[in-house]
Amino acid sequence: MMEARVAKRIAPRLDSAGFSLDVEFQVCSGITALFGPTAAGKTLTLDVIAGFARPDAGRILLDDRILFDAASRVNLPPRLRNCGYVLRNDALFPHMTVRQNLIFAAQQQPGLERHRRVNEMIERFRLTDIAARRPQEISRGQKQSCAIARALSSSPRVVLLDEPTRGLDATWRSEVYRLLHEIRADFQIPVLLVSQDIEECCQLGDEMLILREGRILQSGRPRQILEQPASVDVARLLGISNLFQAEITALDPGRNTSRVRFGGQELTGPYFPGHLRGDRVWLCVRAEDLRVVPHNGARPEANQLAASLLRVSEKSRSVRLEFSGDISVELPRQEFEQLKDNKEWLVEFPAGALRVVS
Amino acid sequence: MAVNWFPLWLSLRVAALATMISVALGLWLAYLLANRRFRGKDVLDTLIALPLVLPAPVLGYYLLVMLSRSSSLFGVQLVFTWQAAVVASTLHAIPLFVRSARAAFEGGGRHYERAAQTLGASDWRVFWRVTLPLARRAIAAATLVAFARALGDFGATLMIAGNIPGKTQTASIAIYDAVERGNTLIARVLVLVLSVLTISLVYAANRLEESSVPE
Repeated sequence: MMEARVAKRIAPRLDSAGFSLDVEFQVCSGITALFGPTAAGKTLTLDVIAGFARPDAGRILLDDRILFDAASRVNLPPRLRNCGYVLRNDALFPHMTVRQNLIFAAQQQPGLERHRRVNEMIERFRLTDIAARRPQEISRGQKQSCAIARALSSSPRVVLLDEPTRGLDATWRSEVYRLLHEIRADFQIPVLLVSQDIEECCQLGDEMLILREGRILQSGRPRQILEQPASVDVARLLGISNLFQAEITALDPGRNTSRVRFGGQELTGPYFPGHLRGDRVWLCVRAEDLRVVPHNGARPEANQLAASLLRVSEKSRSVRLEFSGDISVELPRQEFEQLKDNKEWLVEFPAGALRVVS
Repeated sequence: MAVNWFPLWLSLRVAALATMISVALGLWLAYLLANRRFRGKDVLDTLIALPLVLPAPVLGYYLLVMLSRSSSLFGVQLVFTWQAAVVASTLHAIPLFVRSARAAFEGGGRHYERAAQTLGASDWRVFWRVTLPLARRAIAAATLVAFARALGDFGATLMIAGNIPGKTQTASIAIYDAVERGNTLIARVLVLVLSVLTISLVYAANRLEESSVPE
């Protein structure tokens, strides 16, 4: 297990704005996804753990070892930290073959054990065919597998992955996912995975940290975070597009219901614990949770809003409809296909889909 | 009239020795400048570049003073020997070598070095197994340029090694001497040989450098 509490300020320079990182988190065995937009400090966090950037304050513990402690001035050099760091560009040594790269990583083991371990890695990661080739002669996806295999060959106590699927096509992406699932199952080491892809975080992450501008906004299981974002900022980062400023007009814990008003209408939702009547909140609904029916002039039923369709964008498996009032709905393609000429719609907000965030 | 080849052999020998010293010392200096932070780094950086810009007689004068002093210390008389020519050539070759080597160490290979460090490699191992192999073409090119520069040193060599035919007279000095005496044949032959040698060396260095860009 790894525990980190670090703060680092980077003074502004001519060519870059300043930055301040202040995070505290734990990485237990399994995969922890570090999710955030560009310039959130994700790579800096990894660099701090691996020892390439020195924090101003704080402490980093890996198992029972202190990697960094500002108070007692401990700052282990990268080579003593046992971090298997897969840098963003795989960084396989171009002057060595794949096998030599792995042997280089396994150098701490005695000769026989080293070769046994390297052979095992080559087999496990299906690199037998390319073991004798150099990195520039294999595909990007293969390089990524090799880079991960190399990091594991050095018997690390934590694996740090910086956007391992960046720029990979779907086939190689799923190959990397397969590897990571295997690592989670077979090696009892914590993995910290940096990613900008929320799908990837949900697919791989046992835990997720949401980082923005050097601060952790929320942490927890990916599913939980998607269900209940801690703030409107988190909701935006997760790509939840339906965010409306609303007011809670009624709360009934007994019947587990509530009423929220926004844009002149009232909707019924579930009871929102921790909120009071009259609270101004953000109402947040995922586009997939909304339903639509054509508006034929009848009075809208409860929890239905009349809206006109502004834009339709096709996705691979669904269509995304943008309505007046900044409402977005995502539908399976077939459902929309028969009714695509319709202009006026009723958007239905299922009570269970409503969330409020402050 | 037979051409005396001694100056050319001497030049080649001096240049070879000077290059060896430049490479050994230069690799270390370039590594320090590229990777370490220490007090007096700026001063060291300036000192290394100095021989490139300092007038040869000025440098020669400093060397003369320093070597004749230290000669009493080490008990070796360096001034006016061919070894003094090696010192002068080394001083002129080192800045060129250090510049190229440092640029090669600083350029592009950082993430490989970082990867090697996280894999538990010591600085020494990182340097020999990663940094140096990745920079090998640039280093080879820098070595050729350093050799070419060492081959033709004139001013400082003349001041501290003197012009003793058959003992310290290098090719450059022999050319100067021959022109002074109006012996154009020797001058022409030596000029031709030195030109061809240096041009080929620099050409080879540039080709090496070009092919070293990204691997």
